[in-house]
Amino acid sequence: MKLAIIIPCYNEEANIKKIVDECQLLNLPNIEIETLVVNDCSTDNSLKILKEEGINHLNLPVNLGIGGAVQTGFKYAFRNNFDLAVQLDGDGQHPPHEIPKLLQSILDHDLDIVIGSRFIEKKGFQSSKSRRWGIRILEHWCFLLTRIRIKDITSGFRMLNRKALKIVEKEYPDAYPEPETIVLYGLNSLKIGEVPVEMRARDGGKSSIKKGQSLYYMVKVALGMFFMMIKLKRYG
Amino acid sequence: MDNIIPYKIQALSIIGSLIFLALIARLIIKGKLREEYSIVWIVCTLFLVLFSVWRNGLDVIAKALGVYYAPSLIFLFGFFAIIIFLVHLSVVNSKQQKNITELSQELALLKKKLDKKDES
Repeated sequence: MKLAIIIPCYNEEANIKKIVDECQLLNLPNIEIETLVVNDCSTDNSLKILKEEGINHLNLPVNLGIGGAVQTGFKYAFRNNFDLAVQLDGDGQHPPHEIPKLLQSILDHDLDIVIGSRFIEKKGFQSSKSRRWGIRILEHWCFLLTRIRIKDITSGFRMLNRKALKIVEKEYPDAYPEPETIVLYGLNSLKIGEVPVEMRARDGGKSSIKKGQSLYYMVKVALGMFFMMIKLKRYG
Repeated sequence: MDNIIPYKIQALSIIGSLIFLALIARLIIKGKLREEYSIVWIVCTLFLVLFSVWRNGLDVIAKALGVYYAPSLIFLFGFFAIIIFLVHLSVVNSKQQKNITELSQELALLKKKLDKKDES
């Protein structure tokens, strides 16, 4: 089996090498791992580091945002016949040593997507209170729209199989894609599971949601989920 | 005496509209404006020309629609036209954004393929 670890990277010069190194320490039986960094037109030294260290990477010519960058990785994985792909954020929040948990869950329960969740065992970095509230609201909103309940709906730490890759290869939201894609998966009748993981606070870099943008984030994501549902219900 | 000023402004608006029409035509000929957008602009200019020539037109239409203050009709139609055109522009913009995303992704993937070939 072939597994792609996709790491979107926008200005992560402080973290990127460390994460890639951690990924390369992974040793999974019968699984061939390829780590792929997608450089989303970073303006710092990320690209230089990737080149100097000989890290396997894709280099986007313009900044597409996290959604576009991750999708590029998914496209790569799908076209190069990977069986599985896991998204791992470049800021160090998602510890690579938790990947085996996702892998086991997706294989054991025959799932299409597994999400690494902070909120099942409530261990590790839990995000701020206000953010947790926002996530709860989105969780209920998603349940209302799709009848699917995902505890950590904003988690980007996800593993997809080929069936899921085939869908995201064609369609993926640009900005803040996580909650919207749950609707996308759910209405495409993919089997989604959650597995408890321990996340870390980011080592460096900045959150893609800046202060004062939370309201914008909530509205954009809630609307995005709603329109995604309408679109899929009407046009399949 | 009363008629002199209105004729002046009429002449001015006819000339202005014609210049605008010529400008649009020039942009299309030079290939700086795609035909699909030019239709909107040509229709707009034709309206301008029409109402500059047909001076009572606005009053006639306003009366027919029961509008007391004729110039408010201009604002109504003007706003309408502008809003519709702005939505149209947003649609065009979104489509371009989508195309750019796809193009850059393909470019990145292709470059990777090339690099791989060079290595082997």
